Amino acid sequence: MRALRNLLIAAAIPAAASAQTIAITGGTVFPVSGPRIERGTVVITNGKITAVGANVAIPDGAQRIDATGKWVTPGLINAATNLGLSEAGSPQFSGGYNDVGSTRTKGISAAFDAWEGINPASTYIIPTRQDGITSVMVGPGGGLIGGRAAMVDLAGATVASMLVRAPAAMTATFDPSAGSLQSRGELIGALRDLIADAKVYATRRAAYESNQTRTFAATKADLEALQPVVAGTMPLVVAVDRVSDILAVLAMGRQYKLKLVLLGAAEGWQVAAELKAANVPVMVGAMSNIPTTFNTLNSRQENAGLLRAAGVQVILIGNGPGDGASFNVRNIRQEAGNAVAYGMNWDDALRAVTLAPAETFGVADKIGSLQAGRAANVVIWSADPFEISTRAEQVFIRGVLQGGKSRQDELAERYRRLPPPFGNP
Amino acid sequence: MYALLKGRRLKIALAAIATAAAATTVSGQATSPAPIWPAGLGAVSAPNADPFPSTYRPFPSRPTLIRNVRIFTGVGPAIANGSVLIENGRITAVGANVAAPAGAVVIDGAGKSVTAGVIDTHTHLGVYPAPGTAAHNDGNEATAPVTAHVWAEHSVWPQDPQFPRDLAGGVTTVQVLPGSANLIGGRSTVLKVVPSRTVQGMKFPGAKYGLKMACGENPKRVYASRGPSTRMANVAGYRNAWIAAEQYRRRWDKWLADRQGDPPARDLGNETLAEVLRGNILVHNHCYQADEMAQMIDIAKEFGYQIRSFHHGVEAYKIADVLAREGISGSLWADWGGFKMEALDGIRANIALVHAAGARAIVHSDDASGSQRLNQEAAKALAAGRAIGLTISDEEAVRWFTANPAWALGIDDRVGTVEVGKNADIVLWSGNPLSVYTRAEKVWVDGAMLFDRLDPARRWRTDFELGYIAPAGGSR
Repeated sequence: MRALRNLLIAAAIPAAASAQTIAITGGTVFPVSGPRIERGTVVITNGKITAVGANVAIPDGAQRIDATGKWVTPGLINAATNLGLSEAGSPQFSGGYNDVGSTRTKGISAAFDAWEGINPASTYIIPTRQDGITSVMVGPGGGLIGGRAAMVDLAGATVASMLVRAPAAMTATFDPSAGSLQSRGELIGALRDLIADAKVYATRRAAYESNQTRTFAATKADLEALQPVVAGTMPLVVAVDRVSDILAVLAMGRQYKLKLVLLGAAEGWQVAAELKAANVPVMVGAMSNIPTTFNTLNSRQENAGLLRAAGVQVILIGNGPGDGASFNVRNIRQEAGNAVAYGMNWDDALRAVTLAPAETFGVADKIGSLQAGRAANVVIWSADPFEISTRAEQVFIRGVLQGGKSRQDELAERYRRLPPPFGNP
Repeated sequence: MYALLKGRRLKIALAAIATAAAATTVSGQATSPAPIWPAGLGAVSAPNADPFPSTYRPFPSRPTLIRNVRIFTGVGPAIANGSVLIENGRITAVGANVAAPAGAVVIDGAGKSVTAGVIDTHTHLGVYPAPGTAAHNDGNEATAPVTAHVWAEHSVWPQDPQFPRDLAGGVTTVQVLPGSANLIGGRSTVLKVVPSRTVQGMKFPGAKYGLKMACGENPKRVYASRGPSTRMANVAGYRNAWIAAEQYRRRWDKWLADRQGDPPARDLGNETLAEVLRGNILVHNHCYQADEMAQMIDIAKEFGYQIRSFHHGVEAYKIADVLAREGISGSLWADWGGFKMEALDGIRANIALVHAAGARAIVHSDDASGSQRLNQEAAKALAAGRAIGLTISDEEAVRWFTANPAWALGIDDRVGTVEVGKNADIVLWSGNPLSVYTRAEKVWVDGAMLFDRLDPARRWRTDFELGYIAPAGGSR
């Protein structure tokens, strides 16, 4: 029995990582949790960061990596993805990101844990990580209460080994159509009913089991899943865009003491002061300025910069074209570059794709910054990580240098010279 | 010089159609294409090549000299500290030292760059406008697999707020295409990105029409219940359409030549397809997979037309040598892929590999957001090419969103490069256009400055935006 346990532990910790000490020296280091360090050193031991600074003693026997002239940052985090849940545009080919049951229960599937369907063999993971994204939030695709999201590292052969925190958040959509409803008044009523039922259920579990309660607005599993949300301990990520809707969500958040995070928030810049006062983090893109619906009329690319200038915790996500939640999760750095082009401070933009999502989703003790004790998710960049010509030259996840060819690499190699080696086209 | 060129181009087009065309009059005016057949013959059932003529006129402009600026001319190396002179809507001087005429506006471009106006070969601006509503869902006539009779311009809503946003991205010319639901979706139109009450007021004078065709998954999915439901039926559908069109063309060309008896019955769909066979309409073929592109090339040869550009072509890199040999351009994305089976093999080096094989590579959008950042898209494609060891200059990458799309739309004699005699469609960029931090600062269309990021007061706001969208304090 004991031998078996030791075996399991050994399997869980890659031997190569555990034994290795790495010192990345000479680069410009951006810890994010503190000011940048010129010619700084980052020491990695047993998969964790053990020292960061300008004058750091390098342990004997450490593998030295010269990063002179390079930029060294924490691995980037994209906090709004379906990565690993969809292949070839079809959730059927992979994990899937919606709970079909939600259509039976007016869009409520709080107990749906989207990340459980992640396929660690998804061909989109390697290209994402090659661009310096080391962690992503994986969540449901929609629904009034869509289900729970998890933070994962982009390395590991199993879902369990990828998890950083699960669940990390509950997701919701403030849109009547998400719950097969007709009006906003009805939507707010449905949410109030749900929250009230979750609270009543918590005090009447025994009665519920013996059919002594009235009918609740959600299933037992959903009401259980909502408990940390109504207790205000689990972030509730609400997709919402229109100013009037944002204010309605903020009002509900105040009334029920919810731990809100807004997603999308196209018109958020118009109520930046209210968002700051409510201390609500906002997840926004920087490449969207089109009034695609009547809810996003005042969408603009300065949104992220204006919100941050007002003191709001801003998390940059991909809302550009081209499947930004899956195939092009990697384009988060282009979002950050555009956020800077449209007024966001550069350091704030880096924070918005590293420490800000880590703090918001309760994993800042593990990822999102270069500090002793954090997981060694570290990227060495050829230059400014947001500039398009820059390459992520070395990517470490939990102290392990990531390599391997992507499927896209293999295709490019095969057709680099025409006709391809296998014969006539 | 310019007018002469244009006149010759029109005459060549005329010679290609029918001998009777010699009886027609050609105005040769720069602003309005001459009808290939005499106007008014629609009343006696003869076709009119230009029943919805362009009414576009250049906006008022002032002589302008942009000096001390890096110029990506689109032909050869960039000029490091050059000047561009714009007069009467045309580029009249480009070089290291250009004197400003009296009264010219002089703009110092230190640290900035100039390119020709960005051209997007693939948009649905106006036909799928914002906000997206069922009432404005006018891009796909998905009622039959062949709808060669429809013209995209009849769906364009000039008040689409996506137009001014595209202009702010440096885009001065767009092709608006029907969607890809159909094997043959109808005519595209080439528009100037300018404010106008009517689509006619946006139409690029003299630009040829395009024909939208689509391969693969979309048509067979849309028509699964009635056919085509397979790729083999897709191909049968194209061929049947061309067989009918060829017969129609012969009947009409004969009548136009001898004018004997009643003219043949008109058919809008075959009229468009016959114009493709005569070389007067350019084929723009939505097609993802290499194997299907090869089949489309054979169909074009079977019926004697040219494919001008494959659109999307996520597998273009697999047959880049074939595209080069056949003279077909690739209107491609920088990094889209994976979103359906036929897009599975998308790679970021696609554009660079097509370029390296000697074919005309174009970065296109098919997306009103991506269209605003074609410079960044080109930069991504360039980085991917360099990452696999290809040697490609910044200058060549700039051609992917200027000169090459101009060729694909058949307007490269007028726009797409910064050369003397070209129309003054010009973008002043805040830095290197291939940097993520660079934005279009000023945009001129035919010499008229229609966008100035530093002057929000003159920002073009569509009718839709009034009362709905606050005037932009910043850039939007």
